[in-house]
Amino acid sequence: MKTLNNIPKVLKFTRNLVLTLIFSSLLFGCGSDAGNENASTESGTTEQTQENMEALTEDLTDPMNNKGVGPVDHVDLGPIDEAMVAEGKAIFEENCTACHKIEERYIGPALKELTVRRSPEWIMNMIMNPNEMVQQDPVAKALLAEYLSPMANQNISREDTRKILEYFRSVDEVK
Amino acid sequence: MISFIKKCATTALSAAFIFACTPQGPNNDSGGVMSVTNAASKVYVAPGNHDEFYAFMSGGFSGQISVYGLPSGRLFRVIPVFSQDPEKGYGYNEETKPMLQTSYGFVPWDDAHHPELSQTDGVPDGRWIFINGNNTPRIARVDLSTFETAEIIEIPNSGGNHSSPFITANSEYVVAGTRFSVPIPNEDIALDQYKEKYKGSLSFISVDQESGDMDVAFQVLVPGYDYDLAHAGKGQSHGWVFFTTYNTEQSNTLKEIGASQNDKDFIAAVNWKKAEEYLAQGKAKEMPASYYNNEYSDETHSATATQKKSVKVLIPEECPGLVYFLPTPKSPHGVDVDPTGEYIVGNGKLSADMSVHSFSKMVQAIENKDFETTIDGIPVLKYESVLDGIVKQAGLGPLHTEFDGKGNAYTSFFISSEVVKWKVDSKEVVDRVPTYYSIGHLMIPGGDSQKPFGKYLVALNKITKDRYLPTGPELAHSAQLYDISGDKMELLLDFPTIGEPHYAQAIPAELITPRSVKTFKLSENQHPYAAKKESEARVERDGNEVHVYMTSIRSHFAPDNIEGLEVGDKVYFHLTNLEQDWDVPHGLSVMGANNAELLVMPGQTETLLWEPQKPGVYPFYCTDFCSALHQEMQGYARVSPQGSTVALDWKTGNRK
Repeated sequence: MKTLNNIPKVLKFTRNLVLTLIFSSLLFGCGSDAGNENASTESGTTEQTQENMEALTEDLTDPMNNKGVGPVDHVDLGPIDEAMVAEGKAIFEENCTACHKIEERYIGPALKELTVRRSPEWIMNMIMNPNEMVQQDPVAKALLAEYLSPMANQNISREDTRKILEYFRSVDEVK
Repeated sequence: MISFIKKCATTALSAAFIFACTPQGPNNDSGGVMSVTNAASKVYVAPGNHDEFYAFMSGGFSGQISVYGLPSGRLFRVIPVFSQDPEKGYGYNEETKPMLQTSYGFVPWDDAHHPELSQTDGVPDGRWIFINGNNTPRIARVDLSTFETAEIIEIPNSGGNHSSPFITANSEYVVAGTRFSVPIPNEDIALDQYKEKYKGSLSFISVDQESGDMDVAFQVLVPGYDYDLAHAGKGQSHGWVFFTTYNTEQSNTLKEIGASQNDKDFIAAVNWKKAEEYLAQGKAKEMPASYYNNEYSDETHSATATQKKSVKVLIPEECPGLVYFLPTPKSPHGVDVDPTGEYIVGNGKLSADMSVHSFSKMVQAIENKDFETTIDGIPVLKYESVLDGIVKQAGLGPLHTEFDGKGNAYTSFFISSEVVKWKVDSKEVVDRVPTYYSIGHLMIPGGDSQKPFGKYLVALNKITKDRYLPTGPELAHSAQLYDISGDKMELLLDFPTIGEPHYAQAIPAELITPRSVKTFKLSENQHPYAAKKESEARVERDGNEVHVYMTSIRSHFAPDNIEGLEVGDKVYFHLTNLEQDWDVPHGLSVMGANNAELLVMPGQTETLLWEPQKPGVYPFYCTDFCSALHQEMQGYARVSPQGSTVALDWKTGNRK
């Protein structure tokens, strides 16, 4: 795996995420459960929020620990499988390229070095389960706040999603 | 005639006496606040919960089918069938225009009367729903996995396709009897030769059990009466279809008087299994005809219209045992067969009595050759020989009967505005409720099948005044929902309908929802002009035809800037919706376009033809709200004068 030459940029992005998150949780609370908690004692709520934020900050310090929300809790990565890469590329082109480019920000984020920024589980969950991700996962929530256009659920199967992941890995591989 | 009027007047008087005046509202009966609360709780479907039944209501003169939930009465969807629908682009986009092709050309409207669900073993199965076009005789098949019209077949040798499309117990056939007799084949014949030259036709449309594909299997030529309604036999009477007739007087002017002279008209009983034997023996005549069969494909997302040139015709005189007439008083409208298949209820709309015929007595009478006379080779059975019994003076103007599967029949009475419940075996009236007002059809889920789902009854009323807030001279037609689970019928709900609803059918939701299509797979899209990924988006010129291969996804079109179009061009926007998520259609509308918008389902391709009339810049945009950036989902098409040197060009985003 390649050493990143733009790690500071990634960190800066992470810091921004944390800030955005703090800001947005102040504004919007944390969904319906949090709403109920707000109705309880004030000190309890504060403690809870602090705890959440600490956990969040810890997660975001290393987003590679964040597996996201969805059906995928573990992915085994082996050496890159070129056959899967080819299929994954075709699936990606048909379903995703209207909004995502590899090299540049388009409707959604540029996907270059995605596999270094996000865990494989998070990537697959984001593809397969974007609706829940943007409601529950702190990183996905922050991304929605930044890009505004919700990621489309293209109803891609787990098998095909794994192939797309393989394609992303091949893009980020040291040449 | 005078004696008839006198009889009617006497009946009316006694009826008015029995039924008292028109009630003022639902609280008038006996209930009061308690019963209203009770009724409200029975129709309340809490937010997020689902209704128990889908109800499919004909749109009447709107030409469509509307889909409601029961018991809530909530409108879910309007399915365009025989009429153009600007909301969905149906009949306006290039893909669905062929659906409305007929031998009379493009006919963008019809009068849709009787939705009829497909059946297996005599029970609705949730595969398809059929409906008739009354005015330009047609039958449509709607696929209940997509809720889209999948096929329309025109009926030749017909005028007013009213007794249609009632279905046999395994969806072998849907029928199409002509309400108006016409010259067959239709030609220029003097109207005063009606009696000699005009004929009726009863068509049997076969339904392929796999694909649903319809075909006019055969027609039976019958005397020049009016064939009004129909129902297929079931159980023991499976193999027969019964059609009511009026105007056995063969009047062709002022029929209001002319067609109500005879004391009895007929129910025509057609033995379709016998017809199949005659077809196999080659007894059918090939008659030249011209009619269209239009089919829509979910692979190409497009319809094709095919012209057919002949039809097989059976003549009763040459086919003994094919048709019998059952005398039935007086101008019978509905003909309804009970769940056992034994009882055939003929509602004489100008008679206060309802005649209930017995199928087994009919079979016996045929065996005994118990005939009054024979008309054009069709034996007329003796009334007394086929009659099982009479429901005497149950109300005024009986029209239609449905069944609850517990031995009870429910008949709508148009003139006395009520539903009357009676026992099928004893013919005894056991309950009656008022309707508001002038009920036509009534419907019980599965109520014309072998196993009614019972529970509810819907009255489809013609007059609504004082039920809703006024909306000028015209009010929405009203449906009323009754609980029929107890001994007494209970009015639960009023809800408005679209057009003039005639008949309706309902089916438990669980028979439809598991098969419901949520998206069309992009990978299976075989539309010849599809752009299945954004990199395939492009613009091509072929003479004065310009084809825009356009894609959409939240929240942009590709391309969204087009230049080099010219006045005089025919610009085809072929829009493919790249979404693969449920309930995310995208629309496309172009300023000044002379048709409608497109509304493209996920994975589908549709085409809007635009013929710009003058130079300028024309914005286009998505009509269906799709995301926070929906307002930004727009683009520009630049139109230059004819013969301009502006090069054809397109892009999405600025080129690097």
